[in-house]
Amino acid sequence: MSESVKERVIAIIAEQAVLDPGDITPDSTLESLGIDSLGLVEAIFAIEEAFDISVPFNANSPSESKFDISSVDAMIVAVEKLIADQRG
Amino acid sequence: MKRVVITGAGTVNALGNNVAETFEAFREGRCGISQLDFRDVDRLSVQIGAQMHGWDPAAHFSRQQLSLYDRFTQFALIAAREAVAQSGIVFDGELALEAGAVLGTAGGGLNTHDENYRAVYAEGKNRVHPFVVPKLMHNAATSHLSIAFGLLGPSFTVASACASSNHAMGQAFQLIRSGASRAMLAGGSEAMLCFGGVKVWESLRVLSNDACRPFSADRSGMVQGEGAGIFVFEEYEHARARGAEILAEVTGFAMTADAADIVVPARQGAARAMAGALRDARLAPGDVGYINAHGTGTAANDRTECAAVAEVFADHARGLMISSTKSMHGHLIGGTGAVEMLACIMALRDGVVPPTIGYRAPDPDCPLDVVPNTARRARVDAAISNAFAFGGLNAVLALGRV
Repeated sequence: MSESVKERVIAIIAEQAVLDPGDITPDSTLESLGIDSLGLVEAIFAIEEAFDISVPFNANSPSESKFDISSVDAMIVAVEKLIADQRG
Repeated sequence: MKRVVITGAGTVNALGNNVAETFEAFREGRCGISQLDFRDVDRLSVQIGAQMHGWDPAAHFSRQQLSLYDRFTQFALIAAREAVAQSGIVFDGELALEAGAVLGTAGGGLNTHDENYRAVYAEGKNRVHPFVVPKLMHNAATSHLSIAFGLLGPSFTVASACASSNHAMGQAFQLIRSGASRAMLAGGSEAMLCFGGVKVWESLRVLSNDACRPFSADRSGMVQGEGAGIFVFEEYEHARARGAEILAEVTGFAMTADAADIVVPARQGAARAMAGALRDARLAPGDVGYINAHGTGTAANDRTECAAVAEVFADHARGLMISSTKSMHGHLIGGTGAVEMLACIMALRDGVVPPTIGYRAPDPDCPLDVVPNTARRARVDAAISNAFAFGGLNAVLALGRV
């Protein structure tokens, strides 16, 4: 896992949670960080802008979207994969 | 208090170019959603909508008029012509002095914004047409109705996102009920299907990529639509005296604010609006046979709305019919309540309840009779029409059979 991707995803999530990046652990969930659906949509937008990728996500059924948001770690892995897939 | 009736109805939307065609689509459960077609659509990740593909403004308006009429104004004018013609009302003399128009829209002249921003920002042009301001303003459609029909009384535009039309019709209702006016044009219009108008909804991640399936467990979000619905609201005795045909009576209206979240709907706000409309119309929950749902096809709306219906109607909730015609004409945002008013009129007057199409699997959180997929014949004496907007602004109208 590239350190920079991890750090940047954590920074984006930390900003939404209004927390210090050091307080975000890999097993944190969005719920535990107090990020609601609007915060999540905004975080995904920030991720798309930061990495120039397209994230498949429908706020209507988050659990069925292809983008795994079950934990911070899962989101980082998913972003890594999207970067690899979409940048060929 | 005066009684308020509807003596004329007009519409253009993806299901038809008039009320008769729209009713036919409602009866057949036809879907107006298709592949979107406009400039830069290939840059959208959601490319479906209930668009009026055959719309030809030059068939209705002169070149001079079109330099002033945004698409949403065109829709409103054509729908109003139909409504006024059906009503047979003539706005002259004293009546013209008190008659006005109250319309809802959320985006106003959004196509005009889109085209002109593209010109100056993307194409680097330094000059735009001199009529951009009067063309894009939210009150343009209302003003052109007042000009076209000589309405000299209270006229204004209401913007409350997805509740705009219901708020507008509620205002017109109250103006007549209070005695301030004997006749009003009321309804709403929306033309948001352009690159910018869809891009912003796509970004909110609430749009479906396949269909609008309200109340169905496999729903995947909302689908945008466009068009207008315009009605002639008239004081009952005035309509009777001139022998006008009465389509339905507007019996009550209520508005509430959730005062909670800017996008997530709250059950209490929706429930208070429905209960308020019943109270205003002096209806008991058991009197209502049909609810035209807000029913956007998002999990957040559908579950909240069903819970609110269960709260207000209690034991009667399972005995009434509730359908979302957005499954057919899409979500017209600020114009949606006006087109949905037609569904209530059809249920009350023709005894045919339009269906919720695209319904495939029951959602345990929506255990109501959503009139799945097929229109149903039933006598309906009272109906309500729900609109619950982003921003938590709710407006519910109650209607009765005359």
